[in-house]
Amino acid sequence: MPEPSHAAHRASSARRRADLKAFGPFIALAALIVLGAVVNPVFLTPGNLINVLTRTAFTGIIAIGGTFIITTGGIDLSVGSLAAFASGIMIIVMNALTPQGLPPFLVVLLGTLAVMALSVFSGLVNGLLITRGRIEPFIVTLGTMGIFRSLVTYAANGGTLSLNTQIRGYYRPVYYGDILGITYPILVFAVVAAIGAIVLYRTRFGRYVTATGANEEVARYSAIHVDRIKLAAYGLQGLCVGLAVFLYVPRLGSASATTGLGWELEAIAAVIIGGTLMKGGSARIWGTVAGAIILALIDNILNLTGAISVYLNSAIQGCIIIIAVLVQRDAKSRP
Amino acid sequence: MLAGVGIAKSFGPVQVLFGVDFAVDAGEVHALVGENGAGKSTLMKILAGYQPASSGTILVNGTPVSLRNSEVAERHGIVMIHQEFNLAETMTVAENIFLGREIIRRCLIDRPAMRQASARVLAELECSVDPDARISDLSVSEKQMVEIAKAVSRDVRVLIMDEPTAVLTGAETEVLFRLIRRLTTQGVGVVYISHKLNEVKAISDRVTVLRDGRLIVTEATGAVTPDDIARLMVGRDMSDMYPQQHRPSDNAPVVLTVEGVSVPGWVEGASFDLRRGEILGFAGLIGAGRTELMEGVVGLRSRSAGRVTAGGAKSIRSYDEAIAAGIAYLTEDRKKRGLLVDKPLTPNLTLLALPRYGRIFIDLAAEREAMDKAIDAFEIKASDIEMKVSSLSGGNQQKLLLAKIMQVEPKILIVDEPTRGIDVGTKHQIYLFLDEFARAGGSVIVISSEMPELIGLAHRVVVMREGRVTGALTGGDIDETNIVRYATGLSGVGADA
Repeated sequence: MPEPSHAAHRASSARRRADLKAFGPFIALAALIVLGAVVNPVFLTPGNLINVLTRTAFTGIIAIGGTFIITTGGIDLSVGSLAAFASGIMIIVMNALTPQGLPPFLVVLLGTLAVMALSVFSGLVNGLLITRGRIEPFIVTLGTMGIFRSLVTYAANGGTLSLNTQIRGYYRPVYYGDILGITYPILVFAVVAAIGAIVLYRTRFGRYVTATGANEEVARYSAIHVDRIKLAAYGLQGLCVGLAVFLYVPRLGSASATTGLGWELEAIAAVIIGGTLMKGGSARIWGTVAGAIILALIDNILNLTGAISVYLNSAIQGCIIIIAVLVQRDAKSRP
Repeated sequence: MLAGVGIAKSFGPVQVLFGVDFAVDAGEVHALVGENGAGKSTLMKILAGYQPASSGTILVNGTPVSLRNSEVAERHGIVMIHQEFNLAETMTVAENIFLGREIIRRCLIDRPAMRQASARVLAELECSVDPDARISDLSVSEKQMVEIAKAVSRDVRVLIMDEPTAVLTGAETEVLFRLIRRLTTQGVGVVYISHKLNEVKAISDRVTVLRDGRLIVTEATGAVTPDDIARLMVGRDMSDMYPQQHRPSDNAPVVLTVEGVSVPGWVEGASFDLRRGEILGFAGLIGAGRTELMEGVVGLRSRSAGRVTAGGAKSIRSYDEAIAAGIAYLTEDRKKRGLLVDKPLTPNLTLLALPRYGRIFIDLAAEREAMDKAIDAFEIKASDIEMKVSSLSGGNQQKLLLAKIMQVEPKILIVDEPTRGIDVGTKHQIYLFLDEFARAGGSVIVISSEMPELIGLAHRVVVMREGRVTGALTGGDIDETNIVRYATGLSGVGADA
C-alpha cells in the first residue's frame, strides 16, 4: 500500500510546517543571537544584553497590550503619542507636587496613579469610540494619535518638559535599579508578558478576546458581549502604556514632542513578527516578546558592526517584518 | 463530453475518493448524490480544475487533459457554481458577472455594455435584480441567481452546480429548472449536486450515487425512486426517517409565551406559545421573517414591541436572559454565526457555556471531558481532536453546533434549519435527538424550509408570511397543501381572497 504511507508522510510534514510557524520567531531570535556573537564579542556581554533588553521593555510592554487589541481584530496607533502625553502629564503633576513638601515617595506614587488613570481612561475613550461610535479602530486611533501628540507639544510649549531634579534622583532607580543584575524594566516586562499569556490562554476573557477576533458574529451568537470585550482590550492597552511610561520617565526625566515617536509601529511590528494574525483571532504572546527583542537586537548588532550603516536599521527591520509574514503565511492560502 | 476515469484523491492520510468514474454527456442533466463527506464536492472540484486528483484521468470530448487550475477548465467550457458564493461583496452585480473578462472599449471599461449584457442574462433567469445593485445588499437567493448568471454568461459547455437550490424558494427553483432545461437543449451538460431527492428526480436524466468516496451506481433517473436513491446513499433502509410521533398532553403547561413581537423591517406583531414536550414547527417562504422572529425572541435582535416570557414574569430582552431562562438558539448559518471554523473543536463546544467552566480561569480538564462526552453523545467524527472545524464535514459541524448549544442545558431549544446541507444519515440522527429531547420534557421550535421535515417532526406548525403569523396547523391538517396556502397568502390572516 504505497498510497497511505505517502499520505501519512505528507500529513506529518504539514504538522512540521505548523510547528515551524509557531517556533519561527524563536528560531529567528536564536539565529540573531548567534550572528551577534560572531560579529562582535561585546554583543554577548551581560552589560550589553541587559542594556538592550531594558530599552526593549517599553515597546515590549506596549506590544503585550497590542497583542490583545490585534487579536480582537483591532489596532491601536495612538500608543506612542499617548506615551508621550502621559509622560508629559506625569512630569507636570510631579513638578507641581514637589514644592508642597510631600515626601518624594508620595510624589512619585501620585504621579504614577495620575499616569495610570490617564492612560486607562484614554484607552477606554478609544474603545468607546470604536464600540459605541461604530468607527473603524484604525481611524479612531489615527485621530487620537494626532490629538495626544499635539497635546504633549502644547503642554511643553513646543519644547521639553523636565522633571524636577530632586524627584528625579529619587525616581531614577525605577529605570536604572536592578535585582541580581536584572533591571526593573526587564523584570516588569517579563511579569507583564507572563500575566498576558495567562490571561489570554487560560481565562474566559482571553478566550472571548480570541473568539471576538476570529468571528465577531459567532461570538455574538455565543452570548459574548463583544463590545465589552473590545472595550476591556483597549483599556488593557492603556494600562500597558501607563506601565511603560512609569518605567520610561525616570530614564531621561523629560518629555517632548518626540517622546515615544514610532513606538506604535514598533509595537505592532513586534506583534506581527511574533506570529499573531493581523486579522485577529489568533494570538502569540511569547511570539510578541520574541518579536520585540528581535527588533531591538537588529539595532544593537548594527551598532556593534561597522559593516552596515545604522541608518539602514529601519530598512532591515522592514525586511524582517515582511519575511516574518511570508514565512508564517498559511501555505494553503498561497495562490 | 466531460469524463473522469478512476479519479482518486487523498487529503493527507485520509483518502476521500477511490477510483471513481463519472461522465456527463452533452445535453443531459446528471445528478450526483451522496451523504456529506461522500466526496461529491471533491470530485467536482477536481473535474472543474480547483483541485488536482491524486490519480486518474480527466477526458474532455475523449481527449485526456490536464486541468491545472479553474481558468484552464473554464477555457474548456467547464464552469462550477460553488456552494459558498464566489462574489465580490462590495462590487455591483454587473461587475461581478463580468469579473475577469470586462468589456473594454478604448482601454476603458464599457460600463453601459456590461450593464446591458448583465440585464439580458438576469432577465433570462427571470431575476429582477438591478445590475447596478451591490452584492452586499442582495438576499441569499438573489446572490445565488447572480452566481448562476455569472456562470451561464460565460461560454459554458459543462455547468456544475453544487446544491444550487439550498437557498432558493420554490418559485425560484422552478425558474432555475426552466433555465437548466433551456441550457440542455443548447447542448450544455449539467452536473447537479443536491440533497433534495425530489428535485433530483424532477430534473435529472441520470443519477450517480457516491458513498464514502466510492461509486455505488450510475442509473437512469427514470429507473429509480427517491426512496431507492436514499437507500443507496446511506446503505440502509430509510423508511423510518422520522421518529414515531408522540403527542404531548393537551394540558401540558405553556413554557414560552410570545406576545405581539415586532422586529423592525422583518416581523410584525407575532404571537404564539409553546408547551412542555411539544415540537412546534415554523413554516414559511424564505424572507417570511421566521429567523428574525426567533432572533428577536431570544434577544439577538432588538424588538420594537412585544413580550417574551418563559416561566418568569419579566420579559426576556437579551440572549443572556434567554439562556438563563433555559432557551437556546441554533442558528441557520453555522459557518458565519455558529462555529469558529478556524479553531479546533473544544473551544467551539464550550464557547456558549464558558461561564460554566470557571468564573475567571477556564477549567481545561473539564473542557476536555465535555468534549469527549460530546463526541460520544453526538457521534461527532473527527480524525484529530486538534483539527480545525472547517475540515469537518457539514454533518459533523452541525452535530458539533448542536452539542455546543446543548452545553447550556436548555429546556427550550429553538433550531433554525437544523438539517440544511447535511447528509441523510445525520438528518436522521438530529430528528431522533429532537424527538428524544421533547419526550424527556423539553420543548422544541423547528424552523425549516423542508416541508417533509416539518410534517414528519412537528406536533403543530405555525406558518408565517411577510413578517406575520398567518395560521397554525395541528394534527392531520399539517400537510404540504395547507402549509403552502398559508405561506403564500391563499389562506389565513391577511389572505388575498
